[in-house]
Amino acid sequence: MFAYIVRRLLWAVVLLIVLSMVTFGIFYLIPRLGGATPETLATRYVGRAATAETVHLTAERLGFLDPVPVQYWNWLKGIFVGADYDFGAGVEHCPAPCFGYSFITHQPVWPELLDRAPVTISLVIGASIIWLVAGVTIGVISALRRGTLFDRSAMGIALAGVSLPIFFTGLIALAFFSYRLGITSPGGHYVPFSENPAQWAYSLLLPWITLAFLFSAQYARLTRAGMLETMTEDYIRTARAKGLSERRVIVKHALRGALTPVLTIFGLDVGLLLGGAVLTEKTFSLNGLGKYALDGILNNDLPKILGVTLVAGFFVIMANLFVDLLYGVIDPRVRLA
Amino acid sequence: MNHSRSWRARGLAAVGVSAALLLAACGGGGGASSQQGSGSQGAQAAFNAASTSVVNPSDKKGGTLKFANPGDWDTLDPGETYYAWSWNFARNYGRSLMMFKAAPGKEGNQLVPDLAEGPGQASDGAKTWTYKLRQGVKFEDGTEVTSADVKYAVLRSTDKQTFPNGPAYWEAILDLPDGYKGPYKSPNANTDSAIETPDKYTIVFHSKQPFAAFDYLAQQPDTMPVPKDKDTGAKYRNSVVSSGPYKFADVQPGKSFNLIRNDQWDPATDPNRKALPDRMEVALNVNPDDVDNRILSGDLDVDVSAVGVQPAAQSRVLQDPNLKANADNPLGTRLNYTSIIPTVPPLDKIDCRKAIMYAMDQTGYQAAYGGPFAGGDLATTILPPNIPGYQAFDLFPNGQDHKGDLDAAKKSLEACGQPNGFETNIGYRAERPKEKATAEAFQQAVGRVGIKLTLKPYPQGDYFAQYCGLPPYVVKNKLGLCLNSWGADWPDGFGFLSQIVDSRVIRETGGSSNMSVRIPEVDQMLDKALTELNTDKRNQMWGEIDKRVMEEAVIYPGVYSKTLLLRSKNATNIMVTDAFGEYDYLGMGAQK
Amino acid sequence: MTTSALRDLVIRHPGQGDEQPFLEVVDLHVHFPTDDGLVKSVDGLSFALDRGRTLGIVGESGSGKSVTSLAIMGLHTRPASEQSRPGAQLSGEIYLDGDELLGKTPEYVRSLRGKRMAMIFQDPLSAMNPYYTVGHQIIEAYRVHNPVNNKVARKHAIEMLGRVGIPEPSRRIDAYPHQFSGGMRQRAMIAMALSCDPDLLIADEPTTALDVTVQAQILDLIRDLQREFNSSVVLITHDLGVVAELADDVLVMYAGRAMEYGSAEQLFNRPAHPYTWGLLGSMPRFDRTRSERLLAITGSPPSLINVPSGCPFHPRCAYSARNGGLSEEIRPELVPVEPGHIVACHLSQTDREQIWEHEIAPKL
Repeated sequence: MFAYIVRRLLWAVVLLIVLSMVTFGIFYLIPRLGGATPETLATRYVGRAATAETVHLTAERLGFLDPVPVQYWNWLKGIFVGADYDFGAGVEHCPAPCFGYSFITHQPVWPELLDRAPVTISLVIGASIIWLVAGVTIGVISALRRGTLFDRSAMGIALAGVSLPIFFTGLIALAFFSYRLGITSPGGHYVPFSENPAQWAYSLLLPWITLAFLFSAQYARLTRAGMLETMTEDYIRTARAKGLSERRVIVKHALRGALTPVLTIFGLDVGLLLGGAVLTEKTFSLNGLGKYALDGILNNDLPKILGVTLVAGFFVIMANLFVDLLYGVIDPRVRLA
Repeated sequence: MNHSRSWRARGLAAVGVSAALLLAACGGGGGASSQQGSGSQGAQAAFNAASTSVVNPSDKKGGTLKFANPGDWDTLDPGETYYAWSWNFARNYGRSLMMFKAAPGKEGNQLVPDLAEGPGQASDGAKTWTYKLRQGVKFEDGTEVTSADVKYAVLRSTDKQTFPNGPAYWEAILDLPDGYKGPYKSPNANTDSAIETPDKYTIVFHSKQPFAAFDYLAQQPDTMPVPKDKDTGAKYRNSVVSSGPYKFADVQPGKSFNLIRNDQWDPATDPNRKALPDRMEVALNVNPDDVDNRILSGDLDVDVSAVGVQPAAQSRVLQDPNLKANADNPLGTRLNYTSIIPTVPPLDKIDCRKAIMYAMDQTGYQAAYGGPFAGGDLATTILPPNIPGYQAFDLFPNGQDHKGDLDAAKKSLEACGQPNGFETNIGYRAERPKEKATAEAFQQAVGRVGIKLTLKPYPQGDYFAQYCGLPPYVVKNKLGLCLNSWGADWPDGFGFLSQIVDSRVIRETGGSSNMSVRIPEVDQMLDKALTELNTDKRNQMWGEIDKRVMEEAVIYPGVYSKTLLLRSKNATNIMVTDAFGEYDYLGMGAQK
Repeated sequence: MTTSALRDLVIRHPGQGDEQPFLEVVDLHVHFPTDDGLVKSVDGLSFALDRGRTLGIVGESGSGKSVTSLAIMGLHTRPASEQSRPGAQLSGEIYLDGDELLGKTPEYVRSLRGKRMAMIFQDPLSAMNPYYTVGHQIIEAYRVHNPVNNKVARKHAIEMLGRVGIPEPSRRIDAYPHQFSGGMRQRAMIAMALSCDPDLLIADEPTTALDVTVQAQILDLIRDLQREFNSSVVLITHDLGVVAELADDVLVMYAGRAMEYGSAEQLFNRPAHPYTWGLLGSMPRFDRTRSERLLAITGSPPSLINVPSGCPFHPRCAYSARNGGLSEEIRPELVPVEPGHIVACHLSQTDREQIWEHEIAPKL
């Protein structure tokens, strides 16, 4: 077991390196297929009054004139030993782990990642708890009351939840609950937990609920399907034959079986979202990793993009590992010897 | 059985969604107005009142102004920033030699001395300019501002490796030593040929060519003083030292920053600023649709980027009389136009170009850009009406309904030897739906007289460098028309015209915004204007240049751009300044 | 048929009638309304079982054996939560130790399940919850009916596991069902069923999924436990060999009805119903010459929605023609053959004996 985990972690490191290489490659090599040169790449980072000389100087400053493998090596080295950054009037040392400096804002990327990660984590953890509880509860009730009005309307609303994009439901939610009724916080008022827990929860309430609405739909349907399946299993009949109350049969026996796929998907969903719930963060103006990635992409800011890609990759890889291990815990038949 | 159930579920979902939409749509208006506090004084101001007058005038000090930016500053460093709204806002934390007055409408176009005591004194045929600084102006740390600080600020802005984003006027105009790379890389160079500081309060500029409109150069934020010992180069943007009435606090790059009062600012040295609010809070990277809703509900005061109301809220604002009365529709300092390129036959013949001028349906141009409110006003000149030097004329009348004069167009076609029309291509930036819609409008309109246009989209990143702005490419690919747009760096003829009508800015290697104007007479007129020291006479000359260029039919002026802006419930002294075509961010106050 | 009439029929020897049978099923009907029609899984079934005896219920798939046992356990009543569709329709009477069950509330019957009557199923792997240890499930079964703490219940569970012959029960109690072999698993299921010492054990095809050698062990176990606990056992199977091994009484079912009922001795030595003859004939036996074909029963089991009129077996019966159309029109009543042995068939006694002696018995 221990050896298994160590092997997986080593493999994770390899994966992350490959991920960074691919990102690097996409950024630098793909434009070359369209005939771009280091100079033309640099035109994105200069103002509208830039002369050819300015472009050349910028290309030089950003390291575009070095061969791509050399640039990659410099970046990778920085993660382990740190790097130096020339900001014109002087040189600054960026300690390890150094993920480089933003091409646009001249700020080191790693502290910004650390600063924005708690926002995304807060958003995802809160929403995930809500959608798991709500989705599973609704799914169980729907399964037990199959075909009734409750079931049909629940699945209908679930369909809406899955189909409607978050930037639509989010804006409508803001318009109605925040501005019309004034009961939830308007966008962009995030306060860190350490500063004021009550305000933190208040500022995240609407994003939590909106994001949870999107996901709980999927989980309700999943749980419902799982329940419908497990309720036909033989061991349910055995449980009833033992004289167990119906509630115990449903919760301890049927739900237990139905939850297995739900929990594995839950782990993967949370892992994916931790890498940046881009649309939700953009809609509610939350400064998390997703928004950071979006800003990086819109501005062709490679260090930012690399930073978030690696963080997201890390979360996804860890989530996969966690889910694989979890599977052994929750399903005894799959346990590793 | 199963099919009907899921269809019923879908029906339910659709009903639910429509209900939610209806709810939200009805939501905004009522809720917003019910949240109005002790705001307005009696009569509510009318739609677009702030373009010509001050709305909610007040001299009350105190309160907090809340700004939001749907994106981010390019940089807060006054030596490098290049957005109009950033220049507008920078006057709060820095004092440049000259400054646009904080006043509504045309008065906002006036240059007043800020750091300087008076306007620049010209000598040596408008090649040397001398400014005298006010005394007793202090940085936020208490040290006095001297002419050396202004010289340093200007010189550092010429280092294009450290500051690639800013305007490039000083490098082009000042007589700097050869190979000068800025104070970081050429610390020991003697720059007196460009800027001299004979004493603590005097600064002298030497330019290579006569430049009569020098005061406009002196209002740029890169003349805001920077203390050398606190200069951190590319990182200065996060720790700008203020010389104005407010200084930075809580700077969180990419997220937000605040401005609080600079206790070292002495109102006695500053007759131009009222400095009413106690505090300004600025949030960055906010969702633009949410910004509109927050302004309407009173949670925010200003969209600092002045990008205008998003389409989602636009129809709501325009249709609700209450909301509309609280909105303004200022003219920007931007012309959306199309270059008619004479290097592409048969457009080398002026009559063929005139045919296009007559045949185009200008209302279609306006509709493509968003209509009369969000798009702009129909243009007949290159200079928009709020630029000094603007003269109203219309050389190619296109009918009462402005949908084109087809008879005149057909006559022009005959005159240029193409009675049945001709074929050519029209280029535009693929990522801009408005430009695409305009190109389609062109295609439809001029098709009526037999001119066949083929749409050619290009990526906006390389549009000027590789495609429409690269003369050989244009000829080879028969790009007779190219969509274009120009906003002046500052509202005067030079700022507006020089980059788009001077043939000498056209490079065979590409990159220029001027795609079509190659008139030697115009080049001479431009040079002459720069030697005319009398402002009124000079402005007159810009107007003549405008007309001369229009006579050649190489520019189709589409619309003078306008934006729809929302007034804050909390702010006082809301006014549009013609200098930027936005709300004036210097004069605003706050009620609470 | 009334209770007393039934009782009169099945009395086998004098004195037997004084004691009340432990389990009595009288005229049980279990119908399922479906989209295709009304499925009559059990259609007028009656039988009785004394305390301490084993009843084997035999029949093909779809004969209604399992449905009957589920009806006794009260497992056809849907829980209150599943109201949206109509469920099974039950009528008739079921007496457990004199207590009529079909008229009671579901809650009441639930309190009896596991405590006075228990059931074990065919496939122990799917019948046990794979996510919980065997011990957990046995403890759960015990604690539902006995308010004790976990420690006491665990000790009892270990004891039960030992009783059913599982080695190292204190270690195996924490194992999961999939970690047991097939035979051990079935033993564990039996331990779970018997943990509350029920008076009635229903075993639904308990050995069908097991190897033959293990089969014998399980059957022995059931027999031993029955003697030890003095419980009644209903053994449902399609395998006559199992019936021969274990059952005191045998009930043969077809199309949801009783065809023949009697003691094992009576049924194997003097079977009265053509269907029983067919079942006996289709058993492979070593002492028969291999060249002779097995006496398979022609045709296939009938649809339970459209049960054949009259005697449900008549389309497949080789002798229905002898009844002159009776078999096609009139449903045969249960009539006595000898004391304690009843059959539902239109054949006259003489015909029956004659056919048995001359045509069937020689071939078995």
